[in-house]
Amino acid sequence: MQTDFLLQIKDLKASIDNKEILKGLNLEVKHGEIHAIMGPNGSGKSTLANVLTGREIATVTAGTVTYEGKNLLEMSPEERAREGIFLSFQYPIEIPGVSMVNFMKTAINEQRKYRGLEPLSASDFLRLMREKKELVEIDSALTNRSVNEGFSGGEKKKNEIFQMAMLEPRLALLDETDSGLDIDALRIVANGVNKIRRPDTSVIVITHYQRLLDYIVPDYVHVLYDGRIVRSAGPELALELEERGYDWIRKDADLSEETWTTDRK
Amino acid sequence: MDYRQEVTGRLTELWEGRETGILKGSPEIFNRYRTDAFSQFLRLGIPDRKNEAYRYTNLEKSFSHKYEKYFSPKPDDFREAERFHCEVEDLDVWNMVLLNGFFPRGEEGLAMLPGGIWVGSMRAAAKQFPSLVEKHYNKYAKNEKDGLVSLNTALATDGLFIYAPGNTVNSKPIQIVNLLQSEQDFFSQDRNLLIADDGARMSLLVCDHAISPQHYLTNTVTEIFVGRDASFEIIRVQNQHNYSGKITHTFIHQERDSYATSNNITLHGGLVRNATWHKLNGENAETHSYGLFLADRQQHIANFVKVDHVAPNCNSTQLFKGILDENATGAFNGRIMVHKDAQNTNAYQSNNNIILSDTARMDTKPQLEIYADDVKCSHGATVGQLDENALFYLRSRGIDAREAKLMLMFGFAHDVVKNIPIEALRDRIDHLVVQRLRGELSYCASCAIQCN
Repeated sequence: MQTDFLLQIKDLKASIDNKEILKGLNLEVKHGEIHAIMGPNGSGKSTLANVLTGREIATVTAGTVTYEGKNLLEMSPEERAREGIFLSFQYPIEIPGVSMVNFMKTAINEQRKYRGLEPLSASDFLRLMREKKELVEIDSALTNRSVNEGFSGGEKKKNEIFQMAMLEPRLALLDETDSGLDIDALRIVANGVNKIRRPDTSVIVITHYQRLLDYIVPDYVHVLYDGRIVRSAGPELALELEERGYDWIRKDADLSEETWTTDRK
Repeated sequence: MDYRQEVTGRLTELWEGRETGILKGSPEIFNRYRTDAFSQFLRLGIPDRKNEAYRYTNLEKSFSHKYEKYFSPKPDDFREAERFHCEVEDLDVWNMVLLNGFFPRGEEGLAMLPGGIWVGSMRAAAKQFPSLVEKHYNKYAKNEKDGLVSLNTALATDGLFIYAPGNTVNSKPIQIVNLLQSEQDFFSQDRNLLIADDGARMSLLVCDHAISPQHYLTNTVTEIFVGRDASFEIIRVQNQHNYSGKITHTFIHQERDSYATSNNITLHGGLVRNATWHKLNGENAETHSYGLFLADRQQHIANFVKVDHVAPNCNSTQLFKGILDENATGAFNGRIMVHKDAQNTNAYQSNNNIILSDTARMDTKPQLEIYADDVKCSHGATVGQLDENALFYLRSRGIDAREAKLMLMFGFAHDVVKNIPIEALRDRIDHLVVQRLRGELSYCASCAIQCN
């Protein structure tokens, strides 16, 4: 059955080393929507990204995640990627000895194979690389190197967006993409995302701060706190959080100061 | 009975028959050192695991086998070997084929390549360049440290000789294809002397290639002299089979302002132990020791490296990597020794290993010994699995788990391969590594006998 929803998360619970991190999370994302998930450290933002991309650090103990009408939790990480999910890593991994070209060519061709398409010819592939490099303003020399090896923090984040441009996902998860970026790099990265995005691409922006949302303007802002979404509103919520911090959310969530301190250690 | 006594007994028989065997036709310069060397061998014995340098390497399986043949092949044997053609098409090299470590046409086998570099047999070299051979032969090999080195000095009858006279440059690398082929199981000792005189530049590629399924054991000693301002590169590619044993001892002696690299790529072999000794004897010399091995089944691959900083202002690096699967075992024993006067030394050592199965085993022992006070040295060793974070990163882009693992192993290995100075060979070895990792490359793949 075709639904409007690209992604539906229902009552999701997940633990790491038997400690419950997500405690019944609900979220629905329609085609083409941009959602921002904000929240203090330790609220479960990165765990959510891990669960959605299939990283085995977290164990799902309850709830469902439906993506395009399919059970996402049954899929391997590579299947999810081939179905159009892309994660821009908070900490991109350096892989010495694996060239960017070989990495991207393998990724693209594996995804094409999944969709029943022929592999790209060498010249088509290089043309695509060139085109996308310009789009995200990434230095040409970087793509001649090993994956992320010796890249600066900003270069690594740009490289994530470059990979997103190459792979053209339907659902992009940006996990703290703004962290470690100066204002110029932030603008380039954010503009890259806007240029890549097609009208039906959905984006989940996971962020601490409001500043990225000046460039990637969300349709909805959610506050994740202690494993649950405790408040959802329009983009104005992000501004309010920037001004007032998270304390008032905590109080609103009706949690005692004691619980907060214990949780925070 | 301890197998070592039994083997020593067999070798002593050989030694006692030397008048009609080893000594016949051997250069006088070889014969001169034999008696001392044999008594040294008897004293040191075949190294066992009480010997620190062999602590993780058990030689028994290779040495206890009853070999039928010990000396050089007959002239007829070379005919087939000469028909061998290396399949690396775009490799532009001077190519020569040896059989079981021996040069064809024995005593006549010495020729000058365009550019002025001499390549041939030790027997021929001892006749043509007696004083040169006398000057260098058995001057760098450490007979007193290892019973197998003294065994080689006692029993070797021939081997490879290369001489780059002062300021000669080889226009292209020399490739020695050493075929292992015999109808009988054999244990051979080859003795090589490679000389790059002052200002000379040369690179050498040695490919060991097993083409018949017999049991082999080769105990190779190679002495390399690198003169002032000279440059010498040696790359070994070892592709043998599960019944082959390969023990190499390489002694690189460097004078001031010289440059040397050694690169041992072990793709396949039952028991392989490469010992590489670097001696930086003059100021401003630079030396690099690289090694990569891929092992599975019951294979054992060991690398022993010793870098001796004798003179000041020298640089050295060691980078050794291994990938072990199934029941394979590996060992690394590396030592940097900075002598008292070797101030301003830079010496680095790194050994990294990936273990793919629960039953593979790697022992590593990185060592530093420093007697000078103004030095920069570092060493480190790791044994681990593939990086889970890197694996997930590749999979999160749609690459399946198996392919992602291959990419990571390839990247790991490429870190060593990228240091090979000959581009066509580098690409070829990258390709061989991929084939080996995919299980498509083995001695058995090209063999009709399928001994396994």
